[in-house]
Amino acid sequence: MGLRRRLLGWLGARSSLRGWALVAPAGLWLALFFVVPLLAMVGYSLMPRGTYGGVEPGFTLEHYQRFFDPLYLTILRRTLVVSALCTAICLLLGYPVAYVLARSRRWRNLLLFLVVLPFWTSFLVRTFAMIFLLRDTGLVNSVLLKAGLIQEPLTLLYTPFAVMAGLVYSFLPFMILPIYATLERLDPSLLEAASVLGARPAARFWRVTLPISLPGVVAGCLLVFIPALGSFLPSDLLGGAKQMLIGNLIQNQFTAARNWPFGSAASLVVMVTVLVGVLAYLRTRDRPAPGLH
Amino acid sequence: MDRTPRWLGALVGGVYFFLHLPLLILVVFSFNASKFSVEWTGFTLDWYRLLLERPDILAGLRVSLIVGLFATAISTVLGTLLALALARYRFRGRRALESLLYVPLVTPEIVVGISLLILFAGFKVALGIPTIVIAHVAFSISFVTIVVLARLAGMDEHLEEAAMILGADEWTTFFRVTLPQLLPGVLSGALLAFTLSFDDYVITSFVAGSGSSTLPVVVYGMVRRNIEPTVNAISTVVLVFTSLLIYLADRLGRERALR
Repeated sequence: MGLRRRLLGWLGARSSLRGWALVAPAGLWLALFFVVPLLAMVGYSLMPRGTYGGVEPGFTLEHYQRFFDPLYLTILRRTLVVSALCTAICLLLGYPVAYVLARSRRWRNLLLFLVVLPFWTSFLVRTFAMIFLLRDTGLVNSVLLKAGLIQEPLTLLYTPFAVMAGLVYSFLPFMILPIYATLERLDPSLLEAASVLGARPAARFWRVTLPISLPGVVAGCLLVFIPALGSFLPSDLLGGAKQMLIGNLIQNQFTAARNWPFGSAASLVVMVTVLVGVLAYLRTRDRPAPGLH
Repeated sequence: MDRTPRWLGALVGGVYFFLHLPLLILVVFSFNASKFSVEWTGFTLDWYRLLLERPDILAGLRVSLIVGLFATAISTVLGTLLALALARYRFRGRRALESLLYVPLVTPEIVVGISLLILFAGFKVALGIPTIVIAHVAFSISFVTIVVLARLAGMDEHLEEAAMILGADEWTTFFRVTLPQLLPGVLSGALLAFTLSFDDYVITSFVAGSGSSTLPVVVYGMVRRNIEPTVNAISTVVLVFTSLLIYLADRLGRERALR
């Protein structure tokens, strides 16, 4: 076979058919075990409840109507408030870390690795570490007792404070990494230009650095808000299941309460909230950065 | 460039403390002889010895390793093929597929777990190791694909063309040129997939069934019942193991492609 023909044949084969053969296994797996289950969940949320879990044939909107019960509206509102607060705290703590990280030289790889590491370590182990720290006989209390600052142990565990501490502790790396990614690409000559034009450090930050890092901020907020919205481990283990979040509600419907269609409806509410957030993110990302012309 | 203000350095130091101190304390106290308090009463390895005597932990470890190996193998192969297709081929439905790739990253874990439970229940599939593997592959593929795509973006396509011009056929080109260059990315993806599988509790708890608890499911039960120093010990083991995997993945991910 001539060289020319072989090269042409190779380039030609890079089109449709060959591509699809590579895509098919993963595409099918994702379709079958990700998309189909989500659709099945939507279907379940619209069907009457079966006696022993599961559903019965039919169509109903009762599971969505149930959400207007004050009990469930409270859970929904609490979940949104807790997730938003967690996102705000993560932003306040995470932005400075990303900023310093992006400007560091010598220690950058180590500092970055120290952020990446908790990103991947077991959520369960991290939650347990918080319990170990906050319980009545935990380290915080025993240090305070020893120092004579308190006479008896403070109730730290099984409080809203403990849940928030656990959430922030778990999701903070999700905020730092995307912001770092945008700050790392920041062109230093832009800051020099601002400086030459007379901008003081504070002005340089608010008018150059911050606007440019905005896509990273939005991505980070989303990456914290989404898992916080669906979380149930921190409120379960650190909150003592006293203040239910929607994640606890869903888990409960699929275990003890055995009301799968209502649990599905609750999941769909979470999923729709997430999709609204993602679409909003895609819109901000496609817009040019403000302040740059 | 401006100097980093001192208050900023202090704040960032504080955040690093907050991120790492709890885990460090956990590790340190897994060697503490006292059973009930955080007072240091002496060094011991008793809690680790107790781990080896607990059949539930050993069984959980076994299930986790089996699930992890299968899930990693499948998701690495599928994810790498998908990355190759996305990077090197043009085909209809590419955009749709790229969006599909990101769906698992933005879906809360609990939603993944219950939707799979509904699917398995609907088809009357018995829950066990196979259903856990299916679930883990479903959420790991995207991570593998993204890591391998990043590697592919840093590779020079001309090397493949050069191999072709020098007379290599497509298979030879793939196995002798493309794959060796891609390998660090593929291994990095595989290590991440294994870590994700090994650490997952939320999704697994819905699709595991009663006879096939993974290690995190067993540990969750221990944390719920009561806190004993053995939980510190098993947490330390898990922590050291996954940190090692992430360190390796990180190193491989940084390795430069031939240019």
